[in-house]
Amino acid sequence: MNAFDGILTAVVFLPLAGAFLILLAVRGDGNARVARLIAAAVALADFALAVIVFTRFDAASSERFQLLDRFEWFSASAFTAQYQLGVDGLSAPLVLLTGMLGFCAVLASWGISKRVKEYFVWLLVLQTSVMGVFVSLDFLLFFLFWELELIPMYFLISIWGSGRRQYSAMKFLIFTFLGSAFMLVAILALLLADNVGHLDMIKLAEQGADAVRTIIPLSVVFWFFFIAFAIKLPLLPVHTWLPDAHTDAPTAVSVMLAGVLLKMGGYGLLRITVGMFPNMAVDHALAFTILAVVTILYAAVITVRQTDLKRLIAYSSISHMGLVLLGIGSIGLAGGGFAAVGLTGASMQLFTHGAITGLLFLGVGLIYDRVHTRYIPDLGGLAHRMPLVAVAFIIAGLASLGLPGLSGFVSEILVFLGAFKAYPLLTALGAFGIVITAGYILWMMERALFGPQRSRFSHVKDAGLIDAAPLAILVISVIVIGVYPAFLTDVFKAGIEPILALMS
Amino acid sequence: MISEAGIWGIFLIPVGALAIIALVIRPLLRHHRTPVIAGLITMGALAASLVLSVWALVSVMEDGPLIYDGVTWLTVAGMEMRVGLMVDSLTAIMLVVVTGVSLTVQVYSHAYMKGDTGYVRYFAFMSLFSAAMIGLVIAGNIIQLYVMWELVGLGSYLLIGFWFHRPAAAAAAKKAFLVTRIGDFGFLLAILYLFFNRGAFIEQGLNPLNIVDIQAAAPLIAAGTFAALGGLGVTWVAVGIFAGAVGKSAQFPLHVWLPDAMEGPTPVSALIHAATMVAAGVFLIARFFPIFQASEEAMAAVALVGAFTAVFAATMALTSNDIKRVLAFSTVSQLGYMVAALGIGAYGPAIFHLFTHAFFKALLFLGAGSVNHATGVFDMRYMGGLRKVMPWTYGLMLIGSLSLAGIFPFAGFWSKDEILGHAWRGPDGLDAIVFALLIAGVALTAFYTFRMFYMTFHGEFRGGAEAEQKAQGDAAVGNPAPKPHLAESSLVMLLPMGALALGAAAAGYLVNPQVDLLDIPAHWFSYFVGPEGAKAPPLNSGLAAFAMGLSVLFIGIASLTHLKGRGAGKRVERAVQPAVTALNRRYYIDDLYEGKVVKTGFYRYLGGFLDWFDQQIVDALVDAAGWLSRNLGWAVGRVQTGQAQFYAIGASLGALAILVTYLIWS
Repeated sequence: MNAFDGILTAVVFLPLAGAFLILLAVRGDGNARVARLIAAAVALADFALAVIVFTRFDAASSERFQLLDRFEWFSASAFTAQYQLGVDGLSAPLVLLTGMLGFCAVLASWGISKRVKEYFVWLLVLQTSVMGVFVSLDFLLFFLFWELELIPMYFLISIWGSGRRQYSAMKFLIFTFLGSAFMLVAILALLLADNVGHLDMIKLAEQGADAVRTIIPLSVVFWFFFIAFAIKLPLLPVHTWLPDAHTDAPTAVSVMLAGVLLKMGGYGLLRITVGMFPNMAVDHALAFTILAVVTILYAAVITVRQTDLKRLIAYSSISHMGLVLLGIGSIGLAGGGFAAVGLTGASMQLFTHGAITGLLFLGVGLIYDRVHTRYIPDLGGLAHRMPLVAVAFIIAGLASLGLPGLSGFVSEILVFLGAFKAYPLLTALGAFGIVITAGYILWMMERALFGPQRSRFSHVKDAGLIDAAPLAILVISVIVIGVYPAFLTDVFKAGIEPILALMS
Repeated sequence: MISEAGIWGIFLIPVGALAIIALVIRPLLRHHRTPVIAGLITMGALAASLVLSVWALVSVMEDGPLIYDGVTWLTVAGMEMRVGLMVDSLTAIMLVVVTGVSLTVQVYSHAYMKGDTGYVRYFAFMSLFSAAMIGLVIAGNIIQLYVMWELVGLGSYLLIGFWFHRPAAAAAAKKAFLVTRIGDFGFLLAILYLFFNRGAFIEQGLNPLNIVDIQAAAPLIAAGTFAALGGLGVTWVAVGIFAGAVGKSAQFPLHVWLPDAMEGPTPVSALIHAATMVAAGVFLIARFFPIFQASEEAMAAVALVGAFTAVFAATMALTSNDIKRVLAFSTVSQLGYMVAALGIGAYGPAIFHLFTHAFFKALLFLGAGSVNHATGVFDMRYMGGLRKVMPWTYGLMLIGSLSLAGIFPFAGFWSKDEILGHAWRGPDGLDAIVFALLIAGVALTAFYTFRMFYMTFHGEFRGGAEAEQKAQGDAAVGNPAPKPHLAESSLVMLLPMGALALGAAAAGYLVNPQVDLLDIPAHWFSYFVGPEGAKAPPLNSGLAAFAMGLSVLFIGIASLTHLKGRGAGKRVERAVQPAVTALNRRYYIDDLYEGKVVKTGFYRYLGGFLDWFDQQIVDALVDAAGWLSRNLGWAVGRVQTGQAQFYAIGASLGALAILVTYLIWS
């Protein structure tokens, strides 16, 4: 049964086409301007397409997966590989997030002066791969996009990064690669299971894979998937690649990394771990919750100790991604709708954290760009010279610590409301993370932005128009979602409910 | 009767003022020296809100509580979170206090902040705060209330840290936010626990997040027909809510942030840290009062924490030399009276005291600001003799001081005596303890208030900012201090003070007279806010005379030591020196929290250990694994080329190989 709407194919491959266009149209490195403009135009167009995807997705429809692009890719005796793209309530908002951050990332890369053409090619390829992950509904395609993402990421960090960029890029690569290996085995096991024999994620999502007879124990398959996503998210103890990768990556890459790449892990947990193995996931809810609480608190405490702005935000990301898993833990108690609240919170957290952390990294990038240090004790009083950046940074920080009225609060409160029913004490412990978060965010702002004006920063300039545009986009998204979250939660809910319906 | 839209207007008009200032005025007029328009917009907005608030008050008086379901904010799993309105007598009173005090403070601020480069930003923050505070008192849903609760905290944070170039201000802002957030954590858990019992609420046809429904659940709990929240359950909810109140109202042990919050501009202290936001904790307990009443343990905790704080904070005010800090400790202490009153069930008196306190404490703070304008200092050791140069400020401050000290017939006298009277009539041991503590507080209050008053206005002028700088050593301050221009403050500052002084002088008797007073029925306030059927007790004149006698006695002692300049005698001074040191160090509690708990325990030990563990164990294992694999042998070594394409190709080929193998086999 073929279908072709086309919009998802466009949203995925437009950046790739843009990358080819840059390769073809821009000769040499001299013409950096053209490369920048093409990249910006393509990213803006992709953002627009993502908005269209989001608005066209009908949360009230009885069709779970929509805007399908589906045809047979190749067929072998045992199975058929499909080219199958589609969105449901879970992925439609993430497409929007990727489009938004992708455009912001291009604007944040305006100041790149080294190998400009190549840089934008990789950045656009990265966007195609992430979009592909979110909309692929066939495991082979999903896995290819998942793997494709490694290549641009590796080059972006190792060539345009700073500090120990080779080491960090390699670490990122090996970790993710390791996760992919686990995932590959798990996918193959599903394919080879005697009552599956296909890679269609829609079918697997609709039936659940709890009862398939795999050649290796099903629990191994389940955990292999989990490990792959845990590395990506990341969770303890496989998180150490993240601070290194973030610290050494260029600004825009940090934005993409924290903003959307980590969300691949959370998306995988929701789509596959919970979505395809609902009953096994329910059985492991307690383990998830414990792991979540440990991750939240452990990473939060370490965040307080950080003296590098980027490292600080990186560790805070780990802590905040723990909230995603905490929300997932709410499935430990079926009934009463608490799991729906928790899972909606978890998926909301993917979106809100993406925008908030993207904004934080943009701010850090602007600060670093102007004062050439991220070492917090050397900063101070920056709000005097950079009021625009400071305001955006403060809004992002407040959103990050879950201030109501801003987006972070919505996902946090939903996660807590949902998870508290299943595991009250653990959730209360995890919720204490909001106090530690307030501590490190406010302390960071105090040290970096407030205090007397430093004479050595007297030349520092505030954000220009190109810098301010992505700040404005993300600030608006943070406030709009904080004030009126229903337009997102209603969509996520449409993605969550079919998953819950599978739980027996 | 006021319409739903009218009530929303009270909240939305200051929001609009904020939007206009932030999005229009600030970008366009940032280079003007004093863009007066920002101040005018804020004042106009609050004046409009005040008018609507009075209308709302009249409507509630005539028609009873106004409750509107509002609009849906979020729906998850059939659970609606609504943004609604709940305007009962408590809200109506709070609305008038908040908008009224806020308006006077804004007028005063216009003069006080004139010439400050942050004038526009100041009024933007003030609009934000006022809107959030209004939103807090009208909230119909507990999540909505929590949202506004945190947003007033944001306003407080931004305004304490208003002069962010001063490290002390930035640190105080952070401290205020963090300490209150510890309390908010308890509040959050209470909300989670209510939601936890969602099923039980629904069974009763109630919504666990709706404030009216939560109140409605209380009698069911007491009657034993609401098993889910019976026993300890309701205590947990009450204790959680109380934790939030303790943080916001700066009660022991979370009182530490309020004295530091005095780093903010003085009008901010008057509005946020005296009259409104810090009273939000009291409001919160009052809002969920039925829940508290359902738990004896929670009520006892509230009473004891409040009464203890009332005395404990008053002692620290005894020795402080900073006029704003004296007032801050005094605020903590007076909030303790309100909290204690709630704890012993004296709902009406607690709100009555909240009402009168808002007037006289805001007045005293504005007076301190006026004094500061003339002298350039807040340290009373460098003031003195100001009554000659600032007669108006002197007179107005005297009214505020007498009201605070509870002298007849000023407002504070009436409200404080209602609390004392309630504690006195109490039957059990708890009330006796509370009564004893509160009476001790009366004596301390009278002393520190007049010590402050005499040090500021009487005696000879002791040099102001110049003298302070000399005493601190010139190195401590960069620029030479400006010469104090000893003069009375402008009319723009005095008029708002005058308005508040009217309240501080007369609001006590006028709103709650003992006998029918023209159009005002006897005990109007008590009957209006008090729970239905509550009887307003007549004034216990013997008790009132005793309490006032005590106040007069301690004012007399203060006169001896600080007016006559006798001091207490060298011997006594030496003997009490350790106690004075302990008081000046605030009983070493701040040192304990910041030094021992946060810096040493949390940051150095826990943080240091986890940091070490993360780097030296977790990450080192990763590196070791990497090293191992690099050196495992020739084949692996060759694969580690560091080429990403190579890895990706490897993965794809691997996948393909497995697929092909499988296809061939089958």
